[in-house]
Amino acid sequence: MNTRVIHWFKFASPQNFYVLAGRMQPWFTALAIVLMAVGLWISFFVAPTDAQQGEGYRIIFVHVPASQMSMFIYLVMAAWAGFGLAFNTRLSGMMASALAPTGALFAFLSLITGSLWGKPMWGAWWVWDARLTSELILLFLYLGFLALQSSIDDPRRADKACAVLALVGVVNVPIIYFSVKWWNTLHQGASVSLTRSPTMASTMLAGMLIMVVAFWMYTIATTLARVRNIILDRERHTEWVKNAVE
Amino acid sequence: MQWNSVSEFFAMGGYAFYVWGSFGVTAAVMGIETLVIRRQRQELLRNLRNELLSEGASS
Repeated sequence: MNTRVIHWFKFASPQNFYVLAGRMQPWFTALAIVLMAVGLWISFFVAPTDAQQGEGYRIIFVHVPASQMSMFIYLVMAAWAGFGLAFNTRLSGMMASALAPTGALFAFLSLITGSLWGKPMWGAWWVWDARLTSELILLFLYLGFLALQSSIDDPRRADKACAVLALVGVVNVPIIYFSVKWWNTLHQGASVSLTRSPTMASTMLAGMLIMVVAFWMYTIATTLARVRNIILDRERHTEWVKNAVE
Repeated sequence: MQWNSVSEFFAMGGYAFYVWGSFGVTAAVMGIETLVIRRQRQELLRNLRNELLSEGASS
């Protein structure tokens, strides 16, 4: 019988997590680069022209991953924030703060690429559609989180205030996700229609899924790099940081 | 592959601005974010080293 015990809480200490994150970060960066290269290749050279939208549909390969990440990151951020409130672990707040800027950027990218897609297909850069509006609210929630954090000087108090905001805002994520079902929206429902010819759908779907995974890897690599900065900054007066810097 | 020439590829069937705009802005955001984090780290390390040096000098 395997009696080896993994001490998970060992990594809840910022000092240990700093080292672990530093070791993992290059791997996720490499994975992100490789997957993005493959994903881009499929996006432009393997996936065929769409019957209705011509080449314009290729925006899907950045729009869908960015939109999905903007929602997933919010859920992960809120989970870390909630964990921090429940167990009072320092690392949780740092993780939530490390995720927020990347989430905000993906929400921004989702809106921009959506707008660039909407103009040629719908004839409008923006409509007050349920999907678009709820995604805009998500961007505002991220910006609120970042603003609230920078307005409170004590990082531990900022973490708690931001955690409450993050948890309250979670209600918006299912609203975004189900908005295309609940309301009559201009935004299309499923990302990929399986009613099209199966060969088309399969290469498009494969390209999109690879891009989604690539964006995941990018997010993990970026968050690990940012959380290392946050740890160094907040623990700047400890002995281990002094030793690590020397 | 569905492209007959390089110019056809860049024209994206008339959607050049929208397609390249989307991919371009995404690449720019990711590139800038990565650079900003790297610069923050360098600045942090420099400040921390300076703090250590000044502490060492005063004691």
